[in-house]
Amino acid sequence: MAHDKDDAPKRARKDDKDGQLAIVGKSITINRPRSELFAFWRDFTNLPSFMHAVDSIEMVGDKRSIWKIKAPAGQQVTLETELTAVVENESIGWHSVEGSQIRTAGVVTFRDAPADRGTVVTAEIAYEPPGGDIGRLAAKLFAAEPNIQARHELKRFKMLMEAGEIATGANHKSNNGEA
Amino acid sequence: MRALTWHGTNDVRVDTHPDPEIINPRDVILKVTSTAICGSDLHLYDGVIPGMKSGDILGHEFMGEVVEVGAKSTLKKGQRVVVPFTISCGQCFHCKKQQFSACDNSNPVEKQDASEMLYGHAMGAAFGYSHLTGGYAGGQAEYVRVPFSDVGPIVIPDGMDDDTVLFLSDILPTGWMAAENAQIEPGDTVAVWGAGPVGLFAVQSAVLMGAEQVICIDHHPRRLDLAKKFGAQVINFEETHVREALMEMTGGIGPDAVIDAVGMEAHGFVVDNVLDVIKQKIAPGADRGHALRQAILACRKGGRVSVPGVYGGMLDKWPLGAMMEKGLQIKTGQTHVQKYSQDLLRRIQEGEIDTTFLISHRLPLEEAPTGYKNFHDKQNEWTKVVLKPGMSA
Repeated sequence: MAHDKDDAPKRARKDDKDGQLAIVGKSITINRPRSELFAFWRDFTNLPSFMHAVDSIEMVGDKRSIWKIKAPAGQQVTLETELTAVVENESIGWHSVEGSQIRTAGVVTFRDAPADRGTVVTAEIAYEPPGGDIGRLAAKLFAAEPNIQARHELKRFKMLMEAGEIATGANHKSNNGEA
Repeated sequence: MRALTWHGTNDVRVDTHPDPEIINPRDVILKVTSTAICGSDLHLYDGVIPGMKSGDILGHEFMGEVVEVGAKSTLKKGQRVVVPFTISCGQCFHCKKQQFSACDNSNPVEKQDASEMLYGHAMGAAFGYSHLTGGYAGGQAEYVRVPFSDVGPIVIPDGMDDDTVLFLSDILPTGWMAAENAQIEPGDTVAVWGAGPVGLFAVQSAVLMGAEQVICIDHHPRRLDLAKKFGAQVINFEETHVREALMEMTGGIGPDAVIDAVGMEAHGFVVDNVLDVIKQKIAPGADRGHALRQAILACRKGGRVSVPGVYGGMLDKWPLGAMMEKGLQIKTGQTHVQKYSQDLLRRIQEGEIDTTFLISHRLPLEEAPTGYKNFHDKQNEWTKVVLKPGMSA
């Protein structure tokens, strides 16, 4: 049966693996033009505004970037990535470079939603599954449930692009994000 | 500031909280001048809505004066506004379709998980309610933070008293949408379960929309008198067999449209309801739905079922067979308040809709717990409580 796959995306499979890497991924429809969403994502320094696990991203040249990621106990982990494939207004791919503390690869795609509903944005992240030091670290970084993290990040991206701000029930600046 | 705070089942108190601040660019801060206790606040009071935390500030029917504006707000300091209970971004797919209560972007991301699991989709946000709908601090307070202030709040013209416009926040548009969902046609009989605030506004709206006959069902004589005032025939379910009466009052056809303005805490000593009460005591999230079951059985073949009453969880003994075999249509949902604001404001201005008849009590904010207790325990006399933070205790 292994080869009789249905039409659902790989990330929705019950055995959510692709070779050695675990996959998480989500799609979301955003009521904004494809080019606008692509341009915002293409500038990696924008990503921490909706990826709350990422403290900062610094570009090193055209293709390489350094991600500072929040780790437990106030620590920070550094991840260096390289752009793999960029198709204007369609997709952006990246992977961790050799020797990075985390082994991961990601791709985000943008396609027109039907009937002027905006753009379907799909993010897929592959990462070393838990097991081994690196895997355990990755599991911590991607929170308890990587799928939830991916869903949250895409929803924040949608809020920022559609509403111009990220909703919070907080009544005070000091309790950031907590109602 | 002082604010009415939820601490647990049947336990609300006025506590001191820090004043709210502008957080996002589209926010404003209001100084609350009037705020009402809603029937759905009683569901919180009874502890039957999941996702409450001790310390939550309640209140989703409120109005006030703008005292602080964020960089991207379109409001100005000093303006008087009524705020819809639903929080809506105005930009997402649902808001653009005027399905404001289904807004994708108002419920904070971390708060969306629970309703996504419970309902299959994340809920939009509301003020002063469960953390399933955002956990936003409510308006039964001296001050309140209002997000997306360029979309929700309705600016009130000078010379209109608070009491005439306050109910634009929830119960008036909710009653109006309930009647709209009944898709009234000439000659129709519309039966409304519940002569509470929403039911009474549904009665008024159904009459305005041209129903031939509106029949209101409740057991509180004073509330039934209010329904009569707006032209409804009334049925007291403690004295009368409701379905039989409805059949006789419609020439044996049954009502063309039925409206359940009662919701999950329906009263009545009938076997299915007693079982539901027991379940609700054991586990929040279980709904009591006697009024809805009765409405579905009473509705004529091919008729319409409108459900403004609040349900949050699972309901069993749902008469799906009656729905299917009779070919009923059902329309429901939290109110898309912003869709109706301007039209209803105009109808109030022109004297077409009466809003103040409902208010039985006006209290200072400090006496809010008394208001909750009496609105809950003495429903016949306490038909609507408006809290006035500016009134001295």
